[in-house]
Amino acid sequence: MTIDAATVRKVAKLAHIRESEDRLDALAAELSGIMQWIEQLNEVDTDGVEPMTSAVAFRLPLREDVVTEGGDPAVVLANAPATRGNFFVVPKVVE
Amino acid sequence: MSITKQLTGLSLKDALEGLRARVFSAEEIARAHIEAVEAARPINAFVLETPDKALEMARASDERIAAGRAGPLEGAPIGIKDLFCTRGVRSTAGSKILGEFVPPYESTVTANLWRDGAVMLGKLNMDEFAMGSSNETSAFGPVINPWRSAGSNRDLSPGGSSGGSAAAVAADLVLGATATDTGGSIRQPASLTGTVGVKPTYGRCSRWGVVAFASSLDQAGPITRTVEDAAILLRSMSGHDPKDSTSLPVEVPDFPSFVGRSPKGLRIGVPKEYRVEGMPAEIEALWTQGVAWLKDAGCEVVEVSLPHTRYALPAYYIIAPAEASSNLARYDGMRYGMRVDAPTLNEVYEETRAEGFGKEVKRRILIGAYVLSAGYYDAYYLKAQKVRRRIADDFDSVFEKVDALLTPTAPSAAFGLGENNADPVAMYLNDIFTVTVNLAGLPALSLPGGLDAKGLPLGLQLIGRALDEGTLFTLAGALEEAADFRSKPKRWW
Repeated sequence: MTIDAATVRKVAKLAHIRESEDRLDALAAELSGIMQWIEQLNEVDTDGVEPMTSAVAFRLPLREDVVTEGGDPAVVLANAPATRGNFFVVPKVVE
Repeated sequence: MSITKQLTGLSLKDALEGLRARVFSAEEIARAHIEAVEAARPINAFVLETPDKALEMARASDERIAAGRAGPLEGAPIGIKDLFCTRGVRSTAGSKILGEFVPPYESTVTANLWRDGAVMLGKLNMDEFAMGSSNETSAFGPVINPWRSAGSNRDLSPGGSSGGSAAAVAADLVLGATATDTGGSIRQPASLTGTVGVKPTYGRCSRWGVVAFASSLDQAGPITRTVEDAAILLRSMSGHDPKDSTSLPVEVPDFPSFVGRSPKGLRIGVPKEYRVEGMPAEIEALWTQGVAWLKDAGCEVVEVSLPHTRYALPAYYIIAPAEASSNLARYDGMRYGMRVDAPTLNEVYEETRAEGFGKEVKRRILIGAYVLSAGYYDAYYLKAQKVRRRIADDFDSVFEKVDALLTPTAPSAAFGLGENNADPVAMYLNDIFTVTVNLAGLPALSLPGGLDAKGLPLGLQLIGRALDEGTLFTLAGALEEAADFRSKPKRWW
């Protein structure tokens, strides 16, 4: 699979990473090289193979649906770039 | 033990004995290491030194030792890979995007180490978000390998992503270090620095508080100078943690008790697919030597086949970037870390992530976003997960016949900085022998087997059944004794 500049532009948008227009061709070539190397997976017969979604065969545990920690907004906000009162300040989001 | 021996050159085991016997104090051994760390700044192993914290912890250790309440690691100065969140101490994951992030919580693995009395010297350099095999993707600049080729002043890479951990251990700056391994990030640097590295079974160590790269593959483990030290450190790091749903609810074996047992009668498999084209003759020779050592120790060695080995790296380069693109979506400049101001919310996200992430991290996020995007999910992600199953099945069937596998750890000795940077795939090939076990969730250990003609260390890897780290420690103990690896890097820093 060859990846072109338009695909890189689209994927970068999906990933919320700005990539300048003059970098797109170089990135497309890099990503194409990696994806072409990955294509060899098509040689593997995987008919009827169950996808492996977890590295261990244990069943995920359930726990009581209760608050275990919390109630300390100052700690939660301590690393925020911008705060006001007990809130994160984010850029204005109005369509 | 001789008191004249430098406190920084001791094994973790000897240091713990000396501390308990009060041959020296925790404060004395902490000071010796703090000085060694300061003197070794040219290696760039630390992104943050915490000497005041180390001394404070050491004094508390001395009080507990005096009160007869010493923990299993009481007073041992260690280093922490900067992927582990440490309460009140800046944690960066080797990235600019976390800025001056100071975690208000402690990772479970480091909490276990402090519970057992270990002393923190600082945070160790690493590839950004653990994505790299040379430590060159770090936002803090590469770590320099303490080892140099004979007669050369050229800077070599310590490997990655746990390059700071491996270099700090090799240069005697710490008694041991924490590290993490998603595709080989403990074992490959251990191999390139003549140290011992263990990636335990997936789920053995809690991932809680460890900055996530690829959650189904990430696993913490130790890097140390001896096999027994690795067993001691891993025993403290391990254990069930309700805060990590994939942490295994199983007892932690007394790992050090497996070191020194006879491996007589164990069956060892040598997977023929690991004999790859272009493998340096010295690595092949070391592998053959390793087989001979295990036979001498009474093991039976047989050739086995893991037919899907060559597909492990390409499968990994779908699964790991896919999981990374999802995990790293949280770095959006809103709740922590850096924020680049821009007119709209989306532009803030895009500019922050463009400036905050390095080149390799962006590359992997883009691959991940691509393979998960509409129309490609089945062709790439689902396919890779099916191949992953076949790789795990390969291991299941050989472990019906053998108790462990012996392979080389890495396809080369330490390489020069900048040497593998032109082609991303060339760099990815560093993990060719290590990545298979991450996909299968199995434990593996790397230990130094000898030096190549240039005087650089080469590692051997042992792979075991799930939860059978004990057998690996027994076999590694036997190999360590046979190899009698005592070489140290010649000090240039």
